[in-house]
Amino acid sequence: MAEITLQDIIKEENLVYSRTKVMTPNELHYCPGCGHGTAHRLIAEVIEEMGIQEQTVGVTPVGCSVLMYNYMDIDMQEAAHGRAPAVATGIKRVMPDKYVFTYQGDGDLAAIGTAETIHSCNRGENICIFFINNGIYGMTGGQMAPTTLEGMASSTSPFGRDVSMMGNPIKMTELVAQLAGTYFVTRHSVHTPRNVRRAKKAIRQAFENQKAGKGVSFVEIVSNCNSGWKMPPVKANEWMEENMFPFYKLGDIKVDGKLVEK
Amino acid sequence: MKGNEAIAEAAIREGVDAYFGYPITPQSEVIEYLMSEKPHERTGMVVLQAESELAAINMVYGAAGTGRKVMTSSSSPGISLKMEGISYIAGSELPCVIVNVVRGGPGLGTIQPGQCDYFQATKGGGHGDYRLIVLAPASVQEMADFIETGYDLAFKYRNPVMILSDGIIGQMMEKVELKPQKKRFTPEEIINKYPWATTGKPKSRERNIITSLELIAAKQEAFNQKLIKKYQEIQENEIKYEALNTDDADYILVAYGSVARICMNAMEEARAKGIKVGLIRPITLFPFPTPIISKLADKVKGFMSVEMSAGQMVEDIRLAVNGRKPVEFYGRQGGMIPAPEDIVIALEQKLIGG
Ligand SMILES: Cc1ncc(C[n+]2csc(CCOP(=O)(O)OP(=O)(O)O)c2C)c(N)n1
Ligand code: SF4
Repeated sequence: MAEITLQDIIKEENLVYSRTKVMTPNELHYCPGCGHGTAHRLIAEVIEEMGIQEQTVGVTPVGCSVLMYNYMDIDMQEAAHGRAPAVATGIKRVMPDKYVFTYQGDGDLAAIGTAETIHSCNRGENICIFFINNGIYGMTGGQMAPTTLEGMASSTSPFGRDVSMMGNPIKMTELVAQLAGTYFVTRHSVHTPRNVRRAKKAIRQAFENQKAGKGVSFVEIVSNCNSGWKMPPVKANEWMEENMFPFYKLGDIKVDGKLVEK
Repeated sequence: MKGNEAIAEAAIREGVDAYFGYPITPQSEVIEYLMSEKPHERTGMVVLQAESELAAINMVYGAAGTGRKVMTSSSSPGISLKMEGISYIAGSELPCVIVNVVRGGPGLGTIQPGQCDYFQATKGGGHGDYRLIVLAPASVQEMADFIETGYDLAFKYRNPVMILSDGIIGQMMEKVELKPQKKRFTPEEIINKYPWATTGKPKSRERNIITSLELIAAKQEAFNQKLIKKYQEIQENEIKYEALNTDDADYILVAYGSVARICMNAMEEARAKGIKVGLIRPITLFPFPTPIISKLADKVKGFMSVEMSAGQMVEDIRLAVNGRKPVEFYGRQGGMIPAPEDIVIALEQKLIGG
């Protein structure tokens, strides 16, 4: 029997998976193991599956994902730090028939942009907000975020977050779920295939809600920051399961405009 | 009509697509008038009261990125808050019109009129090397007219335009002739007119990205050079000013906005006393009417800048005169308004006597 070469295998009919067309071929700049790339891909796949590439405008934050527009093959605007929900409001209000989303880190969404987050959620802007919570400021080198856990070390809380001095970690997602303008509020992760599937389902639901004009769909993705946490990827994921998930509990918080009874 | 109402009505008639603002005295009538006119019914215009000036200017950024005619208005403390957003708008080369109905400062200052935001408006204001095109209305009529002028310039150069008014012009009632209603552009017209806009990426073009980020130094510098070239072009082509009695003048008063109107009276009073006074009223503050002031510097005896500030525009006059003739300053602050007779006295003491 002749030997099978790699070239024999790379054939159209053997393809079981390929990059979504809504992502560009540009190489991601993220650290190995970082959740940002997976989260981008899920959003891109949903856009492709719904056939809404031509109707979607995204807003990128200031943070590690500032260059998301290099990877998504859609029209995008880059917002000032924390202002993405206001920028998205401006876009959606003049183009109500387009799909508009923001993609924001926890420093962006839950610290400097808290007012924009709360008020866009409260107005019930018909947009999707994707919130990547890695409990730290990745881009600027691992400083404490509003979401940094009690006792968690960062470059500005080197001995661990002392809540009596530095305040408490904030659960922004539970907070916005209280507002009348949010329709779907949920928390996920993308660190295992199973979690990826669930997160994608939530992202799909978020865009479907926007299609139906339901107001804000808010999807938090609890993610890792290997560089900021100073851990190798596998260790970071374990640490996330053990420490982040007990505080930031995965699952739906508000569905169809109603708080989920726990 | 009040100046603030005229600017709001002119915006509806201009076919502006969206207004985002936050109340502050002395310009709250702009959003109040807009809301009471139901522009969403008249033209489909969006009017939204934001949670802050910060949010409002970033809504402007988002909507302007889609190629729409977008507007915001505020007064001094609110404009300070908008400055980050204005820098992003300038850095992303987006068109929009920003109205500042200036009040006295610094800090919370006073709700009375001022011209103390001249530096902020004409020298950049926010961070980074950029310029706004700055228009200074001196009447309610000009408040209305500069909306159209503002959008023409904003889209011609893809640059934010500021209408730098003050509490006097904003609150003053005058007769005003308004332009007929223009049609707002349809989404299809916008796609054709502004191929850079983020209107959703069709298969026929590359994706559009609105950003002011450039991490490669050489590329950022090339972009800075491009902006400099644009600002030079604006300086060459868009200077507007009014010159009164400059032909035989020995002394030139320079004043903009409401103070220019007061200086017209001062000029009459001085001329009645036999002092040959002329007036230059800059209508564009950036680009500043440097060439005419430079030209006059060769033939007159001196200049006096009159402002409701501690002396800001006077620096641009001195740059234009470049040491050839004395350039003096007379100003009032805190919401105090210079009186014509005091301007004449200052002229006599500072320029003629001195
Ligand atoms: C007005 C302003 N303040 C501060 C910064 C610096 N800065 C850039 S990104 C960032 C934090 C980003 O953290 P996060 O939002 O959690 O995103 P991540 O990088 O972790 O994905 C900060 C403080 C800035 N760019 N602009
Ligand atoms: S610094 Fe953290 S958030 Fe940023 S790319 Fe690296 S792992 Fe991801």
